[in-house]
Amino acid sequence: MSSSQKITLAKGLNMGLRKAMEDDDKVLLMGEDVGKLGGVFRITDGLQKDFGEDRVIDSPLAESGIVGTAVGMALRGYRPVVEIQFDGFVYPAYDQIVCQVAKYTFRSQGKVKMPIVIRIPFGGGIGAVEHHSESPEAQFAHTPGLKVVACSNPVDGYWMIQQAIAHDDPVIFLEPKRQYHADKAELDESATPEPLFTSRVVRPGSDATLLAYGPTVKTALKCAEAAAEEGRQLEVIDLRTLSPLDMAPVLESVRRTGRCVVTHEAHVNLGMGAELAARITEECFYSLEAPVLRVGAFDTPYPPSRIEEEYLPDLDRVLDAVDRTFAY
Amino acid sequence: MTEPAGFGPDLAEVFGPSQQDGGPNLVQLLTPEGERVHHPEFDHDFSAEELRGLYRDMVLTRRIDVEATALQRHGELGIWAQLLGQEAAQIGAGRALSPQDYVFPTYREHGVAYCRGLDPLKLLGLFRGVDQGSWDPNEANFGLYTIVIGAQTLHATGYAMGLQRDGVVGTGDPERDAAVIAHFGDGASSQGDVNEAFIFAASYNAPVVFFCQNNQWAISEPIERQTRIPLHQRALGFGFPGIRVDGNDVLATYAVTKAALQRAREGNGPSFVEAYTYRMGAHTTTDDPTRYRLNDELEHWKLKDPIERLKVYLRRNGLVDQEFFDSLDAEAKELGAHLREGCKALPDPKPLDQFGYVFSEMTEELEAQRDGFAAYLESFEGAHS
Ligand SMILES: Cc1ncc(C[n+]2csc(CCOP(=O)(O)OP(=O)(O)O)c2C)c(N)n1
Repeated sequence: MSSSQKITLAKGLNMGLRKAMEDDDKVLLMGEDVGKLGGVFRITDGLQKDFGEDRVIDSPLAESGIVGTAVGMALRGYRPVVEIQFDGFVYPAYDQIVCQVAKYTFRSQGKVKMPIVIRIPFGGGIGAVEHHSESPEAQFAHTPGLKVVACSNPVDGYWMIQQAIAHDDPVIFLEPKRQYHADKAELDESATPEPLFTSRVVRPGSDATLLAYGPTVKTALKCAEAAAEEGRQLEVIDLRTLSPLDMAPVLESVRRTGRCVVTHEAHVNLGMGAELAARITEECFYSLEAPVLRVGAFDTPYPPSRIEEEYLPDLDRVLDAVDRTFAY
Repeated sequence: MTEPAGFGPDLAEVFGPSQQDGGPNLVQLLTPEGERVHHPEFDHDFSAEELRGLYRDMVLTRRIDVEATALQRHGELGIWAQLLGQEAAQIGAGRALSPQDYVFPTYREHGVAYCRGLDPLKLLGLFRGVDQGSWDPNEANFGLYTIVIGAQTLHATGYAMGLQRDGVVGTGDPERDAAVIAHFGDGASSQGDVNEAFIFAASYNAPVVFFCQNNQWAISEPIERQTRIPLHQRALGFGFPGIRVDGNDVLATYAVTKAALQRAREGNGPSFVEAYTYRMGAHTTTDDPTRYRLNDELEHWKLKDPIERLKVYLRRNGLVDQEFFDSLDAEAKELGAHLREGCKALPDPKPLDQFGYVFSEMTEELEAQRDGFAAYLESFEGAHS
């Protein structure tokens, strides 16, 4: 049966979580305000009502506690899906994530699995106060033992969350909070989804490659549109997975275009862009017409929201970088 | 709840069947009906002047809150953390402080900030998104608002340990002896940081008062989600006293906090004050309490309004006249106008300024980023003109 409907990212995630809970009664949701309130972004709306308080757990206000108890739940055979309310509040749980969640399988020489999903609404652009707009992905991607993915659209939200939950390793699941209620897309629940840890070309092009994930995918697509008006065909790749990185589509693309710009909201210094630039340089050195350029945040803390628009990579800054790659 | 023999007392027996209305140990000096009552340990002889002052403080604090809420509705603030109902808890605590004491607030301590003499306009910057707190924490000994729940309790404890090292605790000189107060919520009591702060404070006998406003809710989660025993009782397990005070009674909050601060200043170590109160507004202006809170509960607490009960007491005892109310009204209006006009006039930060605040000493790398960004911005100015 094919049932198509237009949904937001928030709805896609909500439906995906529901489906995962229906499919496997070991799946539990844990976090602050995820129950009655349905989460501050309403991603878990209605789930406690339908699955009960034992499966949608309103936790005490303690992130280390939430993730640490999820470790115990996983040891007992459950598949906890943890919600961190905002990116900036993942740090109290950082120790549990980096030292425990990430290392249990290694420490136990593979005897123990950690099928935990840690959902983090990430990125800026919502006019929030401090600690509500961070992009901490590199901190987790830098940690062996964690897998890190970022969805960028409603359909991916629906499928990726289910795939992450079904996966036996811990997954840091990044959700671009700015997109939660923004654009709608057509979801066909009977379709076959792309595998979880894969990148995808979301707009083909031949002149330069734009790499993005999460909130910057939309920016990259807008850039490609703008560039097309000037006669430049940009290929846009939604990375979707940050650790492991799926380099094959990226390398194939850059070999063809010879130019690459990476954009993310996180700091440029030691960020995902740095890793991508290094790998592309190693693999495609002779195909490159210009160095791989990065557009991201400056190495300054996220600023007060009144100037976040000048801080976040936007259409102009990415286009500017594209221009520069063509100037070589 | 029955415990097997040997595991100590039955919790239900110790704490009583119900904690409704604060339970039997609630320190109160003014009932919700505005009756003055006395407490054997915590009391204070309030002069008429003091009482009028506390009333005025609460009215003006509520005005700050109401104006800021309205400013948020008009799109002038991105968000606002309301304190409606918590005026007595904050003014009682704020007025109990000496100038040399140091305050570590959360993001909701608008009344305490007001007591420290901060221009309320300064509080709006964070919520408007033009800064992250523009006051100098060391000027009025009032720390920056802290968004990450509970983090400030450790800072408070460390500061208190610093006071000990500076020899300004237990000298016997009331002008010199200092203490620290850390504000936080009932939800925060679950954070590791807060529990670690308790351990440090107890271990080092630090002069810090942990002042928890138990407003019954942490966004949608009720107090039962954070604790199974009355919160103030927790302190005992960490090795210092805990007191529950009626947080809607400004007189009691003042008296209890004053005693706790005094104890700390004299070198007798930390204590925990649980101000038992209620968040009558939403958690913040983006929250929708109708999804989790019963209206009955709100109606019940409205009857305990901290401002009303003092008003009744002042009136009944002939401590105020109409002129007092009129001039206070005028003062509140003026404060409101100051906030409305001042808020809109708060300047946006300049994009390049941010680079200068990352470190006290700028790095070359960052300087290069700043210059690059400046050149980029300039290229647009050319294009637009
Ligand atoms: C470490 C951390 N986790 C989550 C949040 C999001 N958050 C902001 S306020 C709040 C509830 C706080 O409740 P409580 O401590 O009782 O204080 P109240 O706001 O009720 O005064 C939450 C969960 C945060 N700011 N910091």
